[in-house]
Amino acid sequence: MTLKKFAVTFALGSAVLLSASATRSTAQSHVNSPDPLLGTPSVATETSQINGITGHAEGGKMLYRRFCIGCHGPDGNGQGMNAQWIDPQPRDFTEATFKCRSTPTGTLPLDQDLYDAITRGFVDTNMPSWRPLNPQQRADLVAFIKTWSPRFAKEKPGTPLTIPQETPITIESILHGRELYQKLECWKCHGPEGHADGPSAATLTDSKGNPIKPFNFSTGERFMCGQTNRDLYRIFMTGLDGSPMPSFADVIQPNDAWDLVHFLRTLQVGLPNQELTLWQSYKAAHGKDLKPIGPDSAGGAQ
Amino acid sequence: MRMKFVAALGLTVAMGSALMVFATPPAGSGSITGKVTYTGTPMKMKPIDMSKEPSCAKQHATPVDTENVATGPGNTLQWVVVYISAGDEGTTTPSQGVRYDQKGCQYLPHVLPMLAGQQLQIYNDDQTSHNIHPLAKVNQEWNKSQPPGSPPIDTKWDKPEFISVKCNIHPWMHGYFVVLKTSHYAVTGADGTFTITGLPAGKYTVTAWQEQYGTKTQDVTVGGGAATANFVFTATPY
Repeated sequence: MTLKKFAVTFALGSAVLLSASATRSTAQSHVNSPDPLLGTPSVATETSQINGITGHAEGGKMLYRRFCIGCHGPDGNGQGMNAQWIDPQPRDFTEATFKCRSTPTGTLPLDQDLYDAITRGFVDTNMPSWRPLNPQQRADLVAFIKTWSPRFAKEKPGTPLTIPQETPITIESILHGRELYQKLECWKCHGPEGHADGPSAATLTDSKGNPIKPFNFSTGERFMCGQTNRDLYRIFMTGLDGSPMPSFADVIQPNDAWDLVHFLRTLQVGLPNQELTLWQSYKAAHGKDLKPIGPDSAGGAQ
Repeated sequence: MRMKFVAALGLTVAMGSALMVFATPPAGSGSITGKVTYTGTPMKMKPIDMSKEPSCAKQHATPVDTENVATGPGNTLQWVVVYISAGDEGTTTPSQGVRYDQKGCQYLPHVLPMLAGQQLQIYNDDQTSHNIHPLAKVNQEWNKSQPPGSPPIDTKWDKPEFISVKCNIHPWMHGYFVVLKTSHYAVTGADGTFTITGLPAGKYTVTAWQEQYGTKTQDVTVGGGAATANFVFTATPY
């Protein structure tokens, strides 16, 4: 008797479950696509190579549907259902233009660059760190993201920037970096004190025409493309493609670039660091002799 | 037997040279000339305030105007690129490159046509840094800083595209690279006229492109001399 009752209940329960799943599949079949949740990528498949792990687009596709589609969209163009609420806008993968690269401006990033971006996430944006996914899953996602643009199938990534060993942090290095900040006119956008208030700051737009702010060094905000001095070196040398930040690789010599890194650290007054400490003690003694950065300083601007 | 071989060889050589003639047709003596005008009311060009960049402002006795729609007397349009969009069999990559200058915080010329694959050199003649940022979509966009005194940037574009170029530091700076599949093109001057030369006789499709108003196309038959093609764009005030 009890057994019979159980059997009936089980049968009824299964029927309900079955009909529920039947309804779901009917709803899905209305969409005129073999895969109802995703648009058609540019190329059928891709792989990625990260530290001996091979990522496969097929695996990444499922993860993309689960984790990325809400912002980056079913067509990979950054127009997911959440995109309208998000500033800066999610990346449009169909353009294959990426900010954080180790490769020259105008070239494709390395698989490792995309992997690092997924792993690190982008501070001060809606893109979180995806460290909770295991390395294989992240590698699969890199492979899938590459299917949104045909360029990855046709072109090779650029030759990555060679970063020489860091030079010692000295006052001379910082002072020379400060001269470069004036001469290369970083202050035109980032401001004389790195407050993102230079004369051109208010007019900046990204390549899609959306307003964009220069990085404010003073707030303690962290860099989007990594936190170390090497990351900082790479950021201004390769530029942030798709944004107003240009590449300086053709115009700054490697040792000069380290000097600029050391000076930029002194602008990060909200983020205590070695360069800042050294600079503050120097400024306490010699601050009066320093020419302020900006249009009035000798740099050919007048 | 031997005679036959020589004859066959001779025939092959003759055919080969015939093919070569076809592969590189001689530059023709035909040309297409015309004028580009507009009807309607175009947007008003505004004087550019360069006071934020004194080294550039002082290069202009009177402020220069924006150039999106550069008009002249008689409703003519300047900076329109007119080019052969179909029927051109005689395009060869010129050995000489094209030059683009940043001077007085302006792009000179405002619109620069070139052939895909042709060498392009970009100069900064100013006393200020520029960042040159071609917003390419078909080709790959890039963005490079060019401080005063830097060597020219040497580059080229692989695919045909109308590429908008800007400087983020000086937001009023705006120009175009017009990358074409043909070496037969011309840009209208201040009087709206253009002449495309060196065309062999034949039937051509000619396209005129204006950055604000897009393209207009017409078919033109070129004989030995000068054919005429005029274009009229419909201007809108915004």
